[in-house]
Amino acid sequence: MIALTVNGKAYSLDVESETPLLWVIRDELGMTGTKFGCGIAQCGACTVHVDGEAVRSCSIQIGDVANKNITTIEGLSPDAKHPVQQAWLAEDVPQCGYCQSGQIMAAVAFLKEHPKPTDADIDANLTNICRCGTYVRIRSAIHRAAALMKT
Amino acid sequence: MNRIANTSITRRHFVIASASAAGGLAISVAFPGLADAASIGMQAWGPETAPNEINAFLAIDPDGSILIRSPHQEMGQGAITALPMIVAEELECDWSKVKVEYASPARNLREKNVYGEMTTVGSRGVRTSWQMLLQAGASARERLIAAAAHRWNVPPSECEAANSRVTHKATGRSLDYGALAADAAKINLDKEPAIRTPDQFKLIGKRVARLDTPLKINGSAKFAIDTQVPGMVYAAVAACPVFGGKLKSVDETPAKGRRGVLQVVKLDNAVVVVADRFWRAKEALALLKPEWDVGEAGNTDSAQFAKLYRDTLDGAMVNARNDGNVDDAFGKGGKIVEAVYEAPHLAHATMEPLNATVHLQADKLEVWLGSQTPMGTIRQAAAASGLKPEQIVIHNCFLGGGFGRRSINDEMRQAILVAKDVGKPVKLVWTREEDMTHDRYRPQAAVRMKAALGADGMPTAFDARIAVGSILRSTGINKVESGIEAQAVEGFANIPYAIPSVRVGCMLKNTHVPVMFWRSVGSSQNAFFVESYIDELAQAAGQDPYKFRRALLAGKSDFLGVLDTIAVKSDWGKPLGQGRGRGIAIHECYGSIIGQVAEVTVSQKGEVKVDRVVAAVDCGHVVNPGIVEAQIQSGVIYGLSAALYGEITIKQGRVEQANFDEYQVVRLADTPKIEVYLALSGGKKWGGIGEPGTAATAPAVANAVFAATGTRVRSMPLKNIKLPGPV
Ligand code: FES
Ligand code: FES
Repeated sequence: MIALTVNGKAYSLDVESETPLLWVIRDELGMTGTKFGCGIAQCGACTVHVDGEAVRSCSIQIGDVANKNITTIEGLSPDAKHPVQQAWLAEDVPQCGYCQSGQIMAAVAFLKEHPKPTDADIDANLTNICRCGTYVRIRSAIHRAAALMKT
Repeated sequence: MNRIANTSITRRHFVIASASAAGGLAISVAFPGLADAASIGMQAWGPETAPNEINAFLAIDPDGSILIRSPHQEMGQGAITALPMIVAEELECDWSKVKVEYASPARNLREKNVYGEMTTVGSRGVRTSWQMLLQAGASARERLIAAAAHRWNVPPSECEAANSRVTHKATGRSLDYGALAADAAKINLDKEPAIRTPDQFKLIGKRVARLDTPLKINGSAKFAIDTQVPGMVYAAVAACPVFGGKLKSVDETPAKGRRGVLQVVKLDNAVVVVADRFWRAKEALALLKPEWDVGEAGNTDSAQFAKLYRDTLDGAMVNARNDGNVDDAFGKGGKIVEAVYEAPHLAHATMEPLNATVHLQADKLEVWLGSQTPMGTIRQAAAASGLKPEQIVIHNCFLGGGFGRRSINDEMRQAILVAKDVGKPVKLVWTREEDMTHDRYRPQAAVRMKAALGADGMPTAFDARIAVGSILRSTGINKVESGIEAQAVEGFANIPYAIPSVRVGCMLKNTHVPVMFWRSVGSSQNAFFVESYIDELAQAAGQDPYKFRRALLAGKSDFLGVLDTIAVKSDWGKPLGQGRGRGIAIHECYGSIIGQVAEVTVSQKGEVKVDRVVAAVDCGHVVNPGIVEAQIQSGVIYGLSAALYGEITIKQGRVEQANFDEYQVVRLADTPKIEVYLALSGGKKWGGIGEPGTAATAPAVANAVFAATGTRVRSMPLKNIKLPGPV
């Protein structure tokens, strides 16, 4: 049995310790906001927070996050009112939406490290793929979120 | 248009509404902001019919809530926001009371295409459905007015509809739509109302927030891959790596007995492992070593294909167009410019890998997937299951990207075949590797272009010879006995430039690699060919590429509107400095004209960075400028991925790129500043917006690279081109 906390709730799971965290979240816990895009840590669609840090959950084994605190998009805020979500809403960022949970989770962690980011900071640190090409609006939304978080 | 009128009279399932809806105060927010936005549920589909239908597109409940059904699917392009806006434009309703769902494919089948073709391809959403949707809204509004007039015993002409209420002007009496819907549904109008003209639009043209955004910022939007059906098992699949190959044999032992593994299923060209969890299925599958019968195709590679297409340029062609006398013009001398251009296969690489969940029962098949062509999906599901089309229920989900890939559902066919074997609901998911190596790709192509320039430098003749894979043959849509398909020659056959003699020849050649529609289809490579080549002609004529195009487009005010906009907004002609350059391109496709100016910097090492793209579009009319802007940005990024990196290569008959490490795409670091301008010509033009943005990016970038380096780029992607660094 492997113990972990997801979105504040404690779980004890009978799964192989090498199971990627992504598939535990999606198929064991049935939380589908976290997406599968590549499986090899390339795209970031599966980004979650492990003890507050952004992690590509397809490429980390459940055995390595035992007893840690996991936050998924579902647990980011109870009412989609996190400043990053609000900024995403105001800028109408998503298109197909499939990458957006990962984009938001990556942006939240990024803003903790870079509360006043420049475009260059954003470009250098955020590497999630969006095949719909929402990048221009992602940039604007991150600046907007940074401003919201300051106030 | 008559289609709507008919349906609204023959509506079924009507239930008398209660008369209890309160009179209340008029709400006067005409175009509410985010707080009052209309809404959509986590899953895009709902019941096929609703109790209070006024027509197939519209139901109004006694509480005044309004259900609008979208005949096209949402794959990021904004259909389920823009299309309901068109209905609401005529309906005169309170937008905040609108709820949107997909129209039902099964009902469309039953009711003889009441929703039209329902295909979400070819940038068709708005441009093929706008009249039908305006009519649906107008017809419903007139019925609501007639119902109120009847109740007050006054002529309908004395009544007015606004913001979900009908008001009798003289007496000030008014009723909410919710109180009138039941009566309205029973009304037969003598004559269906005329639809509005664009100068009368109030909601159309407004930057209304997308309805799906709230679901896409908290993980609640349901994609096919998120489907959970009680009792469902998971399937991981490995199809023969060489297209057309067959499964010879596979030793199942390594998978057997592993935790959760239920079954190994052998299909004619694939091995499938079924397990209680997807990851367990995928891990067990990786242990199998299937033997494939790959045939001759197993000896092919991309170099052979490149030679095939180049050699084809010297053989016989079928003419798609032959105006004037090209051979005569070439005989007259003058400067001759000739060049061969090439384009590679490309993968769609939708962000959501292909997947489908199916529940097959004796007399019914339910499918959850993302389909761009639900009516075709019904036919494919019927063929694979042996059931009748009426027994198929398609739950079309939010599509995690389409770009053409989700117009044939290979993943669903596999899932149905597996379900037949397993006897349980099956969720079959392609890994990224499976998705990238079993796509149906953008066709490979080679083109030779030749032109003669007159004494004034302007072209007198243009001769294009195109060798490309046939999409219609590869997909089985059509045998193309004429030898010409529109996709192969688009952009050439309709080249907009005034050239006295034009000949466009084409020879379709397919290999074993399946090819299909890829965002902007033929335009995705042909715009690169034509617009780069026109730049070559401008250079040969010693003219500025913008002014050269301008002269050749004289009198075409819509093209000139786009061209002048991008020239002005991009500061065309203003020096950029060492290692930098601007390139311009303009192209018409899907009823719209797209122009782009790209600004690039080429490093000393020859690396290309696109700094800025200035785009202008003439799609005639705009339903929602926020969505148009996003689609052009999206198209530019998709086109830029292809221009910088996009290339699927074949070795020993199989695709060499399997994931995003090998098939690189644009990320934030590569994203230029993108400016989008509207240069609308209005009138009868209602152009598409999902695809045009993609077509113009590669040539604009390639021409900018030429301006910066003096190196002409005649094949894609740029990563393969050795650039000398700045001139
Ligand atoms: S699915 Fe984890 S990074 Fe792509
Ligand atoms: S919104 Fe579609 S992949 Fe990002």
